[in-house]
Amino acid sequence: MTVDISTSVSLAVRDVHLAFGSNRVLRGADLDVARGGTACVIGPSGSGKSTLLRTINRLIEPDRGDVLLDGRSVLADDPDALRQRIGMVFQQFNLFPHMSVLRNVTLALRRIKKLPEEEAVALARTQLELVGLAGKADARPGHLSGGQQQRVAIARALALQPQVMLFDEATSALDPELVKGVLGVMADLASAGMTMVVVTHEMGFAREVADTVAFMDHGVVLESGEPAAVFEAAEHPRLRRFLAQVL
Amino acid sequence: MDPLRTLWETFFDWESMREALPEMLTVGLPNTLILAVSAALLGSVLGMLLAIAGISRTRWLRWPARVYTDVFRGLPAAATILLIGVGLAPLGMQVWGPNPYPLGILALSLIAAAYIGEIFRSGIQSVEAAQLEGARALGFSWGEAMRMVIIPQGVRRVLPAWVNQLIALIKDSSLVYFLGLVASQRELFRIGQDYAATTGNESALLLAGLFYLALTVPLTHVVNAIDARLRHGRLATGPADEIDDADLALPGAAGGSGR
Repeated sequence: MTVDISTSVSLAVRDVHLAFGSNRVLRGADLDVARGGTACVIGPSGSGKSTLLRTINRLIEPDRGDVLLDGRSVLADDPDALRQRIGMVFQQFNLFPHMSVLRNVTLALRRIKKLPEEEAVALARTQLELVGLAGKADARPGHLSGGQQQRVAIARALALQPQVMLFDEATSALDPELVKGVLGVMADLASAGMTMVVVTHEMGFAREVADTVAFMDHGVVLESGEPAAVFEAAEHPRLRRFLAQVL
Repeated sequence: MDPLRTLWETFFDWESMREALPEMLTVGLPNTLILAVSAALLGSVLGMLLAIAGISRTRWLRWPARVYTDVFRGLPAAATILLIGVGLAPLGMQVWGPNPYPLGILALSLIAAAYIGEIFRSGIQSVEAAQLEGARALGFSWGEAMRMVIIPQGVRRVLPAWVNQLIALIKDSSLVYFLGLVASQRELFRIGQDYAATTGNESALLLAGLFYLALTVPLTHVVNAIDARLRHGRLATGPADEIDDADLALPGAAGGSGR
């Protein structure tokens, strides 16, 4: 996987709060990811994991708190420009069904990065090759399996050469036999030095790939640390209960 | 006189039809097409603006769009055509002279826009919010995401309803005769009606009806074809080859997929 590690950045989330009406989804969440590191965010559904991810690239604006890339706050940046630096992969892929796989990947390259057509296509083909889908460039997303669609979504995000990648339960919508392929691509990306935040239910992946595992519950990161510490020596009773249920 | 024979001759007098046919072809048909096609184009553009205003987060756009739609959808087409065609005639006189055509096209477009706006709006709103999120996550602004991702999908979903509206337009174009047309401006219905009035025989009007059917029936089949294509064609989920996925195994955990 060709990731230019010099462009990757460290990420810090500081005391982020967010409420939808009276529903306080985030209540002071903190997260640290070193440059080139991978943080896996685990926790029960409804704990605010996906919302936390969306406050990082400001798909949702936090009410309070800060998000820092390489120590610099991103909250004053233009959100559209910020999102070009932060790639995101969704549970339901969110590919554009009315475009070919290739066009899904080239769209932002041509329209946002203003690359000439040939350059965008060459770059897109390279990315598709890296996720093992060079042969599917002309197919429509609807004709691909879920696992292939998710790998296209990863290629689409990577084509913009982001400094951080966010994964929102990227394998949760996949049939079990398709999960491995997507996790493989993500693991390659992590070992290539991409800074990543991965919201996941795949505890095996978290244990093997993550540098940091963060356990979220009720809108806060209750406990975080190296995978071995979190999985083998959990301190918080709620984390222990959660692990007992999922492992 | 045999009543059945009279009835037959009232509608199927070949001589009357043959007499009206050349004018139907050279004058009526082009005029009907000019009216319907220009109103379809203008009505679709206005309809798209209405649809976007209708889903806007600003109430100052949403509210006028709502009122417009209620008014122009709620009035009889004949009333709107008369109101616009006669009411704006003094204004039109100064801009393009006594020709009632532009105002007729405008009235038809304004009516069509109200319906097409609702069709487009429902289509756009049927596109999953995840699509917008996917586009925004790539760095597209709201406007760019709407233009490149949301609207193309939304419009595609409602193409059958849009074509239905074109059929309605072809039929409604017959109402423009209210505005008074000179001989060369008459559309299919007016020519049929004129022949029927002078000959006391309805055959020419029936011929006009056949022309309308020749235009609208193929369009209904276009609707069905689009519908079928949207349902079963390239937009549907086809068979996926999933073997390919298993080939990319997690490093370290490889060997699990021996396919």
